[in-house]
Amino acid sequence: MKYIDEYRDAKAARQFANAIAQITTKPWTLMEVCGGQTHAIIKYGVDELLPENITLLHGPGCPVCVTPVELIDKAVEISSRPDVVFTSFGDMMRVPGTNGDLLSSKAAGGDVRMVYSPLDALKIAQENPTKQVVFFAVGFETTAPANAMAVFQAKQRGIHNFSILVSHVLVPPAIEAILSSPGNRVQGFLAAGHVCAVVGYTEYEPLAQKYHVPFVVTGFEPIDILQGVYMTIKQLEEGRAEVENQYSRCVRREGNLPAQQLVGDVFTIVPRKWRGIGEIPHSGLGLRELYAEFDAEKRFGLTDYSVEESSDCMSGLVLQGKRKPIECPAFGTLCTPEHPLGATMVSNEGACAAYYRYRRPDASEKPVLSKKAEVLS
Amino acid sequence: MNTVRLNENLITKPDVALGTAFASCPIPISDYPNVLLAHGSGGKLMHSLLDKMMLPTFSNPLLETSHDGAVFPVGNAKLAFTTDSYVVHPLFFPGGNIGTLAVNGTVNDLAMCGARPLFLSAGFILEEGLPMETLWQIIQSMQQTAAVAGVQIVTGDTKVVDKGKGDGIFINTTGVGVIEHNLTIAPSSVRSGDVIIINGDIGRHGMAIMAAREGLAFESEIQSDCAPLAASVMALLDAHIEVHCLRDLTRGGLASGLVEIAMNAGLGIHIVENDIQIMEDVRGACEILGLDPMYVANEGRFITFVPADQAERTRAILGDDARVIGTVQDNSSTLVTMESAIGTSRIVDMLSGEQLPRIC
Repeated sequence: MKYIDEYRDAKAARQFANAIAQITTKPWTLMEVCGGQTHAIIKYGVDELLPENITLLHGPGCPVCVTPVELIDKAVEISSRPDVVFTSFGDMMRVPGTNGDLLSSKAAGGDVRMVYSPLDALKIAQENPTKQVVFFAVGFETTAPANAMAVFQAKQRGIHNFSILVSHVLVPPAIEAILSSPGNRVQGFLAAGHVCAVVGYTEYEPLAQKYHVPFVVTGFEPIDILQGVYMTIKQLEEGRAEVENQYSRCVRREGNLPAQQLVGDVFTIVPRKWRGIGEIPHSGLGLRELYAEFDAEKRFGLTDYSVEESSDCMSGLVLQGKRKPIECPAFGTLCTPEHPLGATMVSNEGACAAYYRYRRPDASEKPVLSKKAEVLS
Repeated sequence: MNTVRLNENLITKPDVALGTAFASCPIPISDYPNVLLAHGSGGKLMHSLLDKMMLPTFSNPLLETSHDGAVFPVGNAKLAFTTDSYVVHPLFFPGGNIGTLAVNGTVNDLAMCGARPLFLSAGFILEEGLPMETLWQIIQSMQQTAAVAGVQIVTGDTKVVDKGKGDGIFINTTGVGVIEHNLTIAPSSVRSGDVIIINGDIGRHGMAIMAAREGLAFESEIQSDCAPLAASVMALLDAHIEVHCLRDLTRGGLASGLVEIAMNAGLGIHIVENDIQIMEDVRGACEILGLDPMYVANEGRFITFVPADQAERTRAILGDDARVIGTVQDNSSTLVTMESAIGTSRIVDMLSGEQLPRIC
């Protein structure tokens, strides 16, 4: 398949792996930001092709993982009300809140429906004028334009029984939080290609300068990631800290301007709580006052609700690249995809779930991971 | 599976009177107070339901073989016996309908036991208001499919439930087949060094259903692979291929089928990603939705485990689309591993529940 097969080619992978090995003279620690990249790295074993002294850390870019538990609780609460149709992308359905997940709410009688687009939710609202239809608007900059479009259209077309439960988060503030944290060891970033397709990569340029770290906007296939690693290591070895674009088949420096315009019209930047990390200033999107009537938290009177997160799970450290999943004592024992202690084990793109699914050491086998298990402390 | 005689040993006697038994047994699954859809997805949650609730309660040697059907002797004959219920939405999809599924699914379960399918029962649960035309189309399809598969529908039942209490139509079919060879076709017969052969590309049925159900428009229409497999299996047996195990790749797809057999056989399995065929439009649809075709359901695909020296003959009998996809390893691990497209190795695991399309 075009744009897929050539980026999953064993020969090309070996060539990039050799090229990376040739230019690497010292240990480097890189972080891939996006959960989709983490998933691809673990699924294809991209990290196994890298020299021993290159460490890949997994970043906070899994929207399911960073959605705070109180938002899940609010979603479950709204979904259990009569006359509500609660709509969500599929992978939010299984994320546990304090008292169950959306699938359990559905099993208990809630009208919970999986949709593929917020515009599908809007259509449900139009077809069911006596129901309140709520869409769970989570995600990074990637999903924001479609969510903004749904709200914009709802207002234009006067669909008043539609609202969104917003938990949008933004990548650059999270990266800055990691870079400015005292324990940071990340020396270079593979920036998330699809986020940059929307917002471009100019926001990374001041970060690259301020913290003197290279950024390479990177795609999601194994060869994309290997090329992204190569470009980042090359900058590090040459002492450069620039923003480069590996994913040029999708991303332009300025991004998608009409999408940015729409997002800016509907949303405004707000502080946002990240699951496992805590509140990061200016790190989220909330509805502008003009669109406040479409805010499900306000419509259902849930603005004051907050929950303390469990301290049993170290997913916050995993999300910040301070621990690897296999360094958690609960990994694969107390914490499995069937019994997740935290969201990084639930989402398909969570780092813990990716490790569990693709390289969980069998009781009768040595861990496949040994070579980099010592990583961080 | 070892052949067993229907004798006293096969009939498990309850230790206590039924009333006492139910009063004293706590529900063995405490994590979920309600049944979730995921409990029927063919993944780990479904297996935990079977392992904790069904198997220990109904416990008997035939059930414990964990095969697609039960195999037992009656007089001088050896029979295979299986059942399956069909609840698909939409009722009609490209490449088939609930009626073709209900016949082929049960025929295929018998075939996976190495049996020649003979007779089916058909139980219908109809929802009040179902158009008679729809029912008639389904009944006709069932008859045509049964004729192709060489089985007869010899008994049945029909119930009607109130509107809103069913999804148009649910069908249960039970099948009986006869085993005309001395092979034990089951995970327990799988041996280290066996070669695994699949009869075609994967993922068509699941994606055809999803595209039809969700109204996803792709450039070309994906057709379900729904087909009877008994003729292929009979061809292998007629050619005296020493078949060790067969598994149709329905719910949970190729990955779950392999994991189940590895676990039941107590052996590792290694497969090669690039040897698994996936049609371009199925791959494209999976890419868009973030689904892994390894876990997508098929209704006309199965894997055959045979000794290495019979692999080529097996592949030739199964036709041009058949491929060797892997081998059975020694017993140091019961993991399924896969050489990825880029040449690295990883685990293939069973999913917890159904695959859910991802956010971005």
